[in-house]
Amino acid sequence: MPFACIFVPNFTVAAVFRAEFELRARAVAIFEGKPPLEKVFAVNDNAGRAGIAPGMTKAQAELCSELTLYPRSLLQESAAHAALLDCAQSFSPCVEDAAADTAILDLAGMESLFGTLPEIAHDLFRCGADLGLDVNVSVASNPDAAMLAARGFPGVTVIPSGKEAECLGSLPIHVLFAAGSGNQQTKGKEKKSDQEKEAIRLLETLERWGVRDLRALAALPQVALSERLGQEGLRLQGLARGSASRTLVPVEAPAIFEEAVELEFPIVLLEPLAFLLNRLLEQICARLAVRALNTQELRLTLGLQNLTGVDPESDTVGIPGESDVSHGAAEAESPAQHFVSGRQRKFCRILRLPLPMLDPKLFLKLLQLDLNAHPPGAPITKIHLIAEPARPRSAQGGLFLPPSPEPEKLELTLARIARLVGEARVGSMELLDTHRAEGFRMRRFVPGTQPNLSRKTSEAAEDKPAVAALRMFRPTLRVTVTLENGELARVSCTKKKEVQGTVLWKAGPWRSSGDWWDREAWARDEWDIALQSTDGVVLYRLVHDLLGGGWFVEGTYD
Amino acid sequence: MSSAVFSTSAAQSRPFVFDGEEVIEVCPKASGEEFFGEARPPQRVVSESFLGAFKDSRLAGVTPASRLAVRLTPEMVSSGIAALDALTGGLPRGCLTEICGPASSGRTTLLLSALAAATGRGECCAVVDAGDALDPQCVADAGIELDRLLWVRCGEDTPQNNSMRKTGSDTENKNFFKSDSHDPEHRLEQLLRVTDLLLESGGFGLIALDLGDLPPQTTRRIPLTTWFRFRRAVEHTPTVLLAVERQSIAGSCSSLLIKLGSQAPGIRQLMTTQPAPTHAQLLTELKITAEIVRSRMERKPARSAEVIFSSKTAWAG
Repeated sequence: MPFACIFVPNFTVAAVFRAEFELRARAVAIFEGKPPLEKVFAVNDNAGRAGIAPGMTKAQAELCSELTLYPRSLLQESAAHAALLDCAQSFSPCVEDAAADTAILDLAGMESLFGTLPEIAHDLFRCGADLGLDVNVSVASNPDAAMLAARGFPGVTVIPSGKEAECLGSLPIHVLFAAGSGNQQTKGKEKKSDQEKEAIRLLETLERWGVRDLRALAALPQVALSERLGQEGLRLQGLARGSASRTLVPVEAPAIFEEAVELEFPIVLLEPLAFLLNRLLEQICARLAVRALNTQELRLTLGLQNLTGVDPESDTVGIPGESDVSHGAAEAESPAQHFVSGRQRKFCRILRLPLPMLDPKLFLKLLQLDLNAHPPGAPITKIHLIAEPARPRSAQGGLFLPPSPEPEKLELTLARIARLVGEARVGSMELLDTHRAEGFRMRRFVPGTQPNLSRKTSEAAEDKPAVAALRMFRPTLRVTVTLENGELARVSCTKKKEVQGTVLWKAGPWRSSGDWWDREAWARDEWDIALQSTDGVVLYRLVHDLLGGGWFVEGTYD
Repeated sequence: MSSAVFSTSAAQSRPFVFDGEEVIEVCPKASGEEFFGEARPPQRVVSESFLGAFKDSRLAGVTPASRLAVRLTPEMVSSGIAALDALTGGLPRGCLTEICGPASSGRTTLLLSALAAATGRGECCAVVDAGDALDPQCVADAGIELDRLLWVRCGEDTPQNNSMRKTGSDTENKNFFKSDSHDPEHRLEQLLRVTDLLLESGGFGLIALDLGDLPPQTTRRIPLTTWFRFRRAVEHTPTVLLAVERQSIAGSCSSLLIKLGSQAPGIRQLMTTQPAPTHAQLLTELKITAEIVRSRMERKPARSAEVIFSSKTAWAG
C-alpha cells in the first residue's frame, strides 16, 4: 500500500517566504521573543552562509548589513500548515497531520485517478509550489519510510517497494531524530524537553559507536542493539531498515481559510495595500481551489497603527472577536459592512457575495472599491483576510434561457455603480407593507435564474389598457394653492416653474392616514389635478399634509 | 443579368466595380491628350489579360457590392402594448430606441409596459433613472417582476466623487460637466457613466435611460459620439436600449423614434362634453397618441404613422 509524504524544509522560513515572496533572494533571519531578549529562531541558506545561526541574539544578527530580520508569525505558520494539508487533501481523503511541516497521505487506490506513483509525486510537488511552498515529496510502501525520505532527500523521491533499506541507507542518522520531533509543537514543554534530552543522548551514543548513517544502524545485530538501547533502539533500527509499519491517523483538515501579513512599516495608501491584498487573495483562492471550494464571504481585518496614545499591549490586534462580528452583522443590509474596535485599532470590512465565487481579481477589485468608499482612517500595520468556504454553484445552462448578466461581472458592475451613485441608490426595489408614501426600500439586486413560470409567457402583448404611471418628484415640491369657494383654483411652485397654472380639472380628495399609534403618524388628502402648462395639459398628484400642514405636488401622471 | 459597369472615380482615380462580369469601357490611356483630343464613342474593350492584371493589381482589396454582407434585421420584442406593436413591430434588440414626448404624454407608461413584458420573458432589466422619478408602487402595479429590475437612482454624490472632482482625476467628461450633485448636469453625468458600465457588463434584456425630467437644453449637450458609442456597444447583443426623453436627442443613432403626443386634446374634449367629469372618467382611460418618426427597421423611407392606445390607473382594475 503506497504512502506519500510532503515535507516543508525550514518550515518557519518557508511560511514567511510564502507571504513575502520577494524575500527569497535575500538573507533572512526569523527572530522571536520579547525585546530586548529577541533571538534568531530560523535562518535561510543565504543567512547561514553569512554566518547567522539560530540562537544568536537580534543585536548580534543586526551586525550583518545584508541580513533581513523578520519577526516570527504564528499566524503565517498556521496558514502555511493549512495550505500543506490542503495540498495533501486534494489527492487523498486519508491524510495524517504528522507535524507542522509534514503531511502523510495514503495513496491506495489513487493510481487509477491520478496516474502512476511518480506522476502523483510530481503533481504533489507542483501543487505545493502553487500554494507557495517549496516541498519535498516522497513515495514509499510505508509511512515512516516515506517521511524519512521526504526529510532526507530534496525534491521528489519514489522508493520502489522492497528497496527501502537500500534507498534510505545513505541518509544521516540525525534524520531519525528530526522525524521524531514533528509532533512536539502540540505537546507540553516538559515532555518536549524530555524527548529532546533522550534524542540527544541516543544520538551521542550512536556517534560514539561510529554509526553515521542509516545503513550502519540497519546492519547492527538486533539482539545486541536491544540489550544496549532497549525498545527505542529497535524502533530506530526498524525505521532505518524501512520495515516499520503502522496505520495512519487520518485527520480532517478544518475548513478555515485565512491569511495574514504583519507589516514592518505601516501602509498609508490604498495602492500598496492592493498589492498585499492581491497576494493574500491569490493564496486563499489557490487553497480553496485545491479543496474544490468557492467563497461567498470575505472578511478583511486591518490592524491600525495606534494614533490615540492608548497602550498597544492592552488591546491585541488579531482575529475579530464575536462581539465585533455581531456588531458588523447588525448593520443594514449593505453588501459590505465594517466596524472599528472600541480603541480604533482594528478595522473590519465584510464583503458578502450573492453567489459563491472564486476569482482573486474580482475580489481584489471589490475590496478596492469598498476600501475606497470606506477608508480605514489610520496607517495599516497588519492585514488579516478570512474567506468563508462555500460549495461552488451548480447551474444548468440552457440554450433557450433568456439573457442574464454573469454574476461575477454583475457584482463588479454593481460595486462600480455604487461608487458612483451611492450604495443605497442601486439595487432592486422592495415594497413595504404600508400605505405610506414612499413605502419601499432598496435591496441588493440578485436576479433569479429561473423564469417565473406562473406568468404568462406569451410573446404577444395583450390588448388591454396599460397601467398609467406616476413620476415622482423627490423631494416633493412645496406649492402654494389658491382656493376659491373652498375649491382648488390655482397652483404655483417657486422651485419648479412648470408646476403652476389654473386647475383645469380636479378629482379628490382621496383621504388616507396611518401609523397613528406611532411617533411617525401621517395623514393626507390627495387630489389628481390637471394644469395648463406651456407643453400642454399636465396631470399632477397634489397632496395636502394634514398633520404637518402644507401643500405638495408629489408627482406627475405620465 | 445586369450589365456590368466599370468606372473610375475622377477625384481619386479609384475604380469601382458594381458587377465584374462584363466591361463596357476601359480607358487605358497613358496621357490625357489622346483622351481629350478626339471625341470617340465608348468602345467595348475585351482584353482578358489586361483585365486580369488590372484586377490583380488594383482591385485586390475591393469587395463587390454583390458580396457585401447584408445587415440582418434585428429581432423585435414586444413593447407590452399591442397597438404599438402592431405599428412598429415591437422594440428592436441590439438597437437604440427613443421615446420622446412632453410631460403626461405616456412615456413612463410605455416604459413600464416594456419593462413588464421584458421581465415577463425572464430577462433582467435595468433602469437608469436620472430624475429619481420611478414610483415602486406603479412599477409593481404594471406587472414588473421587481427581482429582475435593477434600479439606479442618479442624483446623490459620494465623497469619493467629490474628491475626484476636486482633484480632476476623472478624465471622462470632465470638461463637459461641471456641476454639483443636484444639478441636472450632474445627474446626466452619472447616467452616462452608469449606462457605460451596464452596457459593458452585458446580459440585460432591456436597459432604459430615463431622461424624462431633465431639461432639453441639458440633454442636448450629450455629444453625438456618446450615443454612437452606446449604439455600438449594444449592437449584436440581445439588449434593447431604450431612452425616454422630452425631445429626440440621439439623432441618427436611434433605430426607432416614437413620439408621444400630449393628452391635452382628449382632456379638453372631455371637459367640453362633461364640464365636471368624474375621477374615474379621466384616469381610467387616458388616451395616448404614439407616432413613429423614424424607423430603420425596413429599407424604405421613414413614414409617420399614429396609433392611439389607452392607459388607466392600477386601482381602476
